[in-house]
Amino acid sequence: MIEVNNIHKSFGENHVLKGISTVFDKGKTNLIIGQSGSGKTVFIKCLLGLFTPDEGTISYDGRIYSELTPAERRDLRQEMGMVFQGSALFDSMTVEGNVMFPLEMFTNQSRSEMLDRVNFVLQRVNLSDANNRYPAEISGGMKKRVAIARAIVMNPKYLFCDEPNSGLDPKTAIVIDNLIQEITQEYDITTVINSHDMNSVMEIGEKIVFLKDGHKEWEGSNKEIFKTENAAVTNFVYSSELFKKVRQMYIEERN
Amino acid sequence: MNYVSSIGSYSIMVREVFKKPTKWPIMKALILKEIDELIYGSMGIIIFISFFIGGVVAIQTALNISNPLIPRNLIGFATRQSVILEFAPTFTSIIMAGKVGSYITSSIGTMRVTEQIDALEVMGVNSLNYLVFPKIIAMFLYPFAVAIAMYVGIFGGWIAGVFGGFSSSADFVEGLQLDFIPFHVTYSFIKSVVFAFVIATVPSYHGYYMKGGALEVGKASTTAFVWTSVVIIILNYILTQLLLG
Repeated sequence: MIEVNNIHKSFGENHVLKGISTVFDKGKTNLIIGQSGSGKTVFIKCLLGLFTPDEGTISYDGRIYSELTPAERRDLRQEMGMVFQGSALFDSMTVEGNVMFPLEMFTNQSRSEMLDRVNFVLQRVNLSDANNRYPAEISGGMKKRVAIARAIVMNPKYLFCDEPNSGLDPKTAIVIDNLIQEITQEYDITTVINSHDMNSVMEIGEKIVFLKDGHKEWEGSNKEIFKTENAAVTNFVYSSELFKKVRQMYIEERN
Repeated sequence: MNYVSSIGSYSIMVREVFKKPTKWPIMKALILKEIDELIYGSMGIIIFISFFIGGVVAIQTALNISNPLIPRNLIGFATRQSVILEFAPTFTSIIMAGKVGSYITSSIGTMRVTEQIDALEVMGVNSLNYLVFPKIIAMFLYPFAVAIAMYVGIFGGWIAGVFGGFSSSADFVEGLQLDFIPFHVTYSFIKSVVFAFVIATVPSYHGYYMKGGALEVGKASTTAFVWTSVVIIILNYILTQLLLG
């Protein structure tokens, strides 16, 4: 569980995060949504420890990040997995090398033990025949799967995903969403996803935090988002005609 | 003010490079890879340039000796002095700033743009140690490349001098041995070690802290070459004043 308590972050005069407080539960897919410039990326970078909040605290299962020693912070980082927007795979390594990298860096396992673990996670993301291919030789969807495999290879407690569906076709996007949700539930991970994708919001948003101009405007589940009367949320989530109709149908059905 | 800030950031970067080392088996593989890329991969251009620079120095010296009282062994002497003191360590370093420096900036800059450096940091890896330290260690072999450049440069001078009809082989060799001061070679190696550190770290700084996209990677490579060359030239002056002045 990650508890965020009143965090503020500024860059010079630009006050990006303005007192955000929320809780991301274990075993759930938590989504951060909001318009471009609302502070989503800065927020997720604060959660990852890449940015230090100017004010407020972030607690990971009771461990307050700002109070940890550098060694404890390093240990905590090793409990985190991250899927970047562009996958961020190491170009010079094969798929196998990319997934094995955290194991080589932080464990003393033998080569065969590491290989077994790599093959296991690659099978888990349905990518068992790409071990020796380089990132440049695989599709965008496969890259995301490799990035997920690399993120879960160390059995993380916390999984962060920045726009995991960007650049993917709708079918592959659903596959990736379902994969993240399955992994979250299977391994009881606290997953936080930064997303623009409304399909993801509706499909896997067990908890949704809506940011607007650096503050938390609304939070709830994908079921509650249908009922909300918050104008900022409805304007953002139901900006397309299709989603407007879906919401209308839901309201009519409820009445 | 901007320059002061950049020097400060560069110093912090260098300090971070030596913190929290990467596991030795991984680091060893990275160092060997960098030796192959940075040193072995540059030998062709170093040999090619040194040979012709040595030849040109010999020919120009010969063409400027019009007074019959000046001994012909001056051609060998001038070639040796020019190649050992300046051309092998400094001129080669400027070439390396272009070849190796732009490679370092563009490879690290591309990793920055594609979030690969963020990925390393999120995993808890000291990305500066992982990316820059192997380059610094690999570049400590640079004095060996400079030694080869000295040998090839003098050989180029001998070929141009003797086969161009400007000097006899005996005169040239006599000039090479005339008033030889071994400390000049030491001075050259001291310079090359300092320049090696500059060639490894200044382009790394420009790549690591770059912002933007693919276009900015190209701009950062150009800026890195300019600043690496400027730093080499300034340090060349300071070291010459300190060691020979």
